[in-house]
Amino acid sequence: MTAQAHEETGVGGFVRRLSVRARIGFAVLFVWIVVAFIGPIVAPFGEGDMVSVESFAYPPEAGFLGTDYLGRDLLSRLLYGARMTMGVALAAACIACIVGIFLGFLAAIAKGWVDHVLSRLIDALLSFPSIILALIVIGGLGTSLPVVLGTVALIEATRVFRIARALALDIGTLDFVDAARARGENPLWIITREVLPNAAPPLLADFGLRYTYAILIVSGLSFLGLGVQPPNADWGVMVKENIQGLFLGSPAAVIAAACIATVTISVNLVVDAFIDRDRKARVPEMLP
Amino acid sequence: MILKLLGIRVLTGLLTLAIVSLLVFAATEILPGDVAEAVLGRGATPEALAAMRERLSLDQPAYVRYFEWLGRMMNGDFGTSTATGRPVITLVEDRLRNTAVLALATALVAVPLAFGLGLLSAMRSNSITDQTITVGALVAVAVPEFFTAVVLIYVFSVTLEWLPSISMIRSGEPILQTLDRLLLPIAVLTMVVMAHTVRMTRSTVVNVLSSGFVEMALLKGMPRHRVVLFHALPNVLSPLFTVIALTLAYLVSGVVVVETVFSYPGLGRLMVDAVAGRDVPVIQACGMIFCAAYVVLNMTADALSVLSNPRLRVPK
Repeated sequence: MTAQAHEETGVGGFVRRLSVRARIGFAVLFVWIVVAFIGPIVAPFGEGDMVSVESFAYPPEAGFLGTDYLGRDLLSRLLYGARMTMGVALAAACIACIVGIFLGFLAAIAKGWVDHVLSRLIDALLSFPSIILALIVIGGLGTSLPVVLGTVALIEATRVFRIARALALDIGTLDFVDAARARGENPLWIITREVLPNAAPPLLADFGLRYTYAILIVSGLSFLGLGVQPPNADWGVMVKENIQGLFLGSPAAVIAAACIATVTISVNLVVDAFIDRDRKARVPEMLP
Repeated sequence: MILKLLGIRVLTGLLTLAIVSLLVFAATEILPGDVAEAVLGRGATPEALAAMRERLSLDQPAYVRYFEWLGRMMNGDFGTSTATGRPVITLVEDRLRNTAVLALATALVAVPLAFGLGLLSAMRSNSITDQTITVGALVAVAVPEFFTAVVLIYVFSVTLEWLPSISMIRSGEPILQTLDRLLLPIAVLTMVVMAHTVRMTRSTVVNVLSSGFVEMALLKGMPRHRVVLFHALPNVLSPLFTVIALTLAYLVSGVVVVETVFSYPGLGRLMVDAVAGRDVPVIQACGMIFCAAYVVLNMTADALSVLSNPRLRVPK
């Protein structure tokens, strides 16, 4: 990260400007994204296929990683699980960001009672520990994929709202926004052309953090038996299913948990790189 | 002046709790739709449905039911568990005590350890020690609680066979006797909450140490330990109180997963079981207790930082 390195463009230049930590993060994340796309295609067996009558059969006789508690191929389930775990969390994080940014900007631009009502409501939601809020909603509605997705999106949207609102308020006081207002531009034009491009870097970094928290909450709920339901393969579900196998000498639960950990750590490393690259950007607050 | 500021904070806390109770009620009693149908099933006759609605006072408007529910809750009546038929309060009592033991024990280990590591990291900022601690904290924040738990179980229960992996506790058992079963859950929770605390402590101390008055004190030749103890420390104290209270607040969420991993008979596990069995009164009671603890801890952190930092006592 030297001064002259900024002259370089293209992928090569981009990689050379990154720290070692960031490169590791990008590499691991890239591998997992590829796995999420092609995993179910290259998986040797289906996610529910019993390939062995023996539970926790050892590799290499029973597949590359052996089998799980029902005698299903562990590698195949991990490959299917990548799409489920990363996909559900990605959907939740995207919904959260769209809703959170929209409402946050709305509150900052509209001010007055709109801002007051939205901010108080979000403050109330923020006074729930996130897992407890998820448990209460799932307790009321019962568990299903849409409910889990909606709940996690709601939890994350409250965090996005605070940052988006603060950013929009900050940028709204700058001269070029005043100038646009004086020219008589309409609010929508000001938001999309003036505020959004300037708020993008910190919002992008925040999106990374929201994504990791979404993975942690979704897989946590699945682990508790309240998220993704078996027989669907999800890494959180797989930890829950195979935890008793630890005592029979099968590390299946540890492997599934480690998959989640590598994804979340690599996203964090990538986010850190973004914050480093753009020091002038506000560092998003860590809100678990 | 101080009393007024503290009063405002207590009032805000109570108001937050009132809103929280409204949201808990809305999520568990209004969102699901017709509870009577859920209880009796689809084949129920209209008369049976009407009778059930009257028994659950579903024929009343929602706001009347909310205030009746809130009133009962204030008097310590949490209703009857639909799964076991026992009063919720008897289910909650023991579990609450167990969770409190686990949380306090964790706080006793985690707070000094985290504060020490944060301080060390800040005083040797950018050294190898600092980098190791920072990366360690980053990793610990990023991984799920159950990852730490299964790794520790694999190492200490399965491979080394030192500690039990199941934390069964009979009611009324003395705490000291249960220590061997508490060690693993405490270790996992410590790692979960410590990461946040270390990061917060480090950034606070780095800020104070790089401020003008510390530089001034060093430049006029004061011994380093005097500067740290009498100049820097008073300015770190207020964030420290916040750090302790927030650590306990993080514990509230950590405890749910960790109790489930180790089958520890605490409030978190009770709530997970209640959610799985759709036992609404128990969910409401556990949810309110967790949120109340969370709100009170955050409020305390706020109040303590006002008390220990004179600058915050002047109203803006």
